[in-house]
Amino acid sequence: MTVFALTPIPASGLQVYAWLLIALPLGVAALLLVGGRRTNGWGHFLATLAPMASFGLALAYFIDLLALAPDQRAITVPVYDWIAGPTFDVSVTLLLDPLSILFVLLVTGVGSLIHIYSLGYMAHDPDRRRFFAYLNLFVAAMLILVLADNYLVLFVGWEGVGLASFLLISFWQERPSAAAAGKKAFIVNRIGDLGLIIAIFTMLALFGSSSFSSVNAGADQISGFWASLLGFLLLLGACGKSAQVPLQTWLLDAMEGPTPVSALIHAATMVTAGVYLVVRSGAIYAQAPAAQLAVAIVGTVTLLVGAWIGCAKDDIKKVLAGSTMSQIGYMMLAAGIGPAGYAFAIFHLLTHGFFKANMFLGAGSLMHATGDDVNMRHYGALRRLLPVTFFTFAAGYLAIIGFPFFSGFYSKDHIIEAAFEHQPALGLLALLGAGVTAFYMTRLMAMAFFGQSRWRPGVHPHESPATMTAPLVLLALGSFAGGLVLNGWIGRWLEPIGAEAPEHASWVPQITPIGLATLAVVAAGVVLGWLLFGRRPVPDQAPQQVSPLTRWGRRDLYVDDAYEAALVRPGLGLAQAVAWVDQRVVDGAVEGSAGLAQAAGTKLGRLQNGYVRSYGLTMLIGLLAIGLALILGQLV
Amino acid sequence: MTDLYLILAVILFNVGLVGFLIRRNALIIFMSIELMLNASNLVLVSMSHVHGVLDGQVAAFFVMVVAAAEVVIGLSIIVTIFRARRSTSVDNEILLKG
Repeated sequence: MTVFALTPIPASGLQVYAWLLIALPLGVAALLLVGGRRTNGWGHFLATLAPMASFGLALAYFIDLLALAPDQRAITVPVYDWIAGPTFDVSVTLLLDPLSILFVLLVTGVGSLIHIYSLGYMAHDPDRRRFFAYLNLFVAAMLILVLADNYLVLFVGWEGVGLASFLLISFWQERPSAAAAGKKAFIVNRIGDLGLIIAIFTMLALFGSSSFSSVNAGADQISGFWASLLGFLLLLGACGKSAQVPLQTWLLDAMEGPTPVSALIHAATMVTAGVYLVVRSGAIYAQAPAAQLAVAIVGTVTLLVGAWIGCAKDDIKKVLAGSTMSQIGYMMLAAGIGPAGYAFAIFHLLTHGFFKANMFLGAGSLMHATGDDVNMRHYGALRRLLPVTFFTFAAGYLAIIGFPFFSGFYSKDHIIEAAFEHQPALGLLALLGAGVTAFYMTRLMAMAFFGQSRWRPGVHPHESPATMTAPLVLLALGSFAGGLVLNGWIGRWLEPIGAEAPEHASWVPQITPIGLATLAVVAAGVVLGWLLFGRRPVPDQAPQQVSPLTRWGRRDLYVDDAYEAALVRPGLGLAQAVAWVDQRVVDGAVEGSAGLAQAAGTKLGRLQNGYVRSYGLTMLIGLLAIGLALILGQLV
Repeated sequence: MTDLYLILAVILFNVGLVGFLIRRNALIIFMSIELMLNASNLVLVSMSHVHGVLDGQVAAFFVMVVAAAEVVIGLSIIVTIFRARRSTSVDNEILLKG
């Protein structure tokens, strides 16, 4: 039987300061936001140092964990008691274990590089301080999410990530499209959050606690119904945060944010949270085969949908967004396979963190060079003018398509093989996805770096400054070597949290029929992409006479339109109806009574004609009336 | 005997009332009000005499005190208006109009 979590041991020594991991970026974010303009001059440097310091601290803890015996690698760090209730207690406690420390290293490591890159990318933005404050907030929220030892504190980080993404996607809020994209991300995420929060309530009711250890311990005692319910609710949460079908629509619009934000959302934070949630909840999914299968199916559908969209877009950031959806789909597929896939899901998540951050920052470098143009039809032949960007991007490209010995080669092959073993149909679709990935990434490379130059008039491409290229080089090294380094190690490392270690754990790739088939499919995708977009000149304007496949892909498979028709329009109609009732009925009653009083006042005001005599006469009449009444009263 | 007092009071009151209603000069109106007040005082005193209790006389003193206070304020208002507008005609004072 698989053990899904270790019994945690209390922190000792330096470990009690683990809260500093979160406090550093959070404190700097608060300082920059509260400090205002006074921090304009140095705030961005401080904000860059914060995740780097957290990274240093995380490395120290990682080494600590390495030194411990594998069955002792779970350390709890109590911070304070949050809710002390009669039926349940919630304490804010941090958990350092093999899974969380990998995430902390990824978030702070890649996050630091993105901060350094942003120093160059956002150098001329008037709101640079605010941007860095939000970046730090994002990192801090993600660290809360992965370090929490219970679902409720995880949810705090989960919401924090949602808030930070909203603030950053709509960072250029003066653009209506950016403001709308931020709102869309926030609202779509809310739907997922609903699933997660109901799951947490259910856990509190079932187990009396939301801590991972209690849930893991109690999961095999609950009935299949409750396990499935929890599984599906957690899946809904994961779909929202990780942009899985059917809640994927926010991710493509999220490209409205500055490019480093996209890199942060896609590589290090946010979208990886859903995969983390599913892997963390392994004990529940072990009791809920139906929910587990649903995770795998959602992952497979998303990996194909993402790849499909990636093929049709001309906007380089949207192609990369599609590829993120697709790669997260692979991770979900692996997580849906169960314990046999958890290590691969996390493995792919880490390698994806490297190569996707690499490519997004590379895309930012391309935009920097071409005056913020994102249309790949306006690129072309950039490889000579932007050599560093080209070579680093190429490393990311080779990693994502799974070129031998690059990082994606190891992690993606594992997932495809595990999928074949688990469910051949899913494996076949994952294999197809690998081919499509190779096709659209080749298309991107060909359109951006090869062929004829199609630059707009007045655009003089130039290489980016060193603050931008240095992170690219480091990430390119990660994209290349990440798989080699981690392949033989990560399975055993994650074994204590429920992953099954693969048998063939070495850096030498095993030659298997499925591995060869994957290589063949990838090669076919590359060749097709090169024939269609590398050999032939790329039209300046997007062709209108295209296949239905492309047309659907360009419109994001009409999912946005479907939601518009099915949800947004009825919602708007309802809002308008309510507004009508408010204006006509509620306001009508209030304004009507006011109008009545006013009209009565106007009419009665006429009586005040200013002639003392008429007032006297009125008084006389009144007096007579009273007298008459009194006399009549006497008579009766 | 008391009837005569009451008849005199009614005549005085009606003179005051008519004067109040038809005259325009603020001073005359004022005097008419005093007439009406005094007519009612007369009734109070007469009735006090008839019933042999002092209540009516006490009430008459109160009315006199109030009338004196009223005269002080009313006259000063009229004087002020006259200074400002060179007239004491109440019909000009349609500033009171609502």
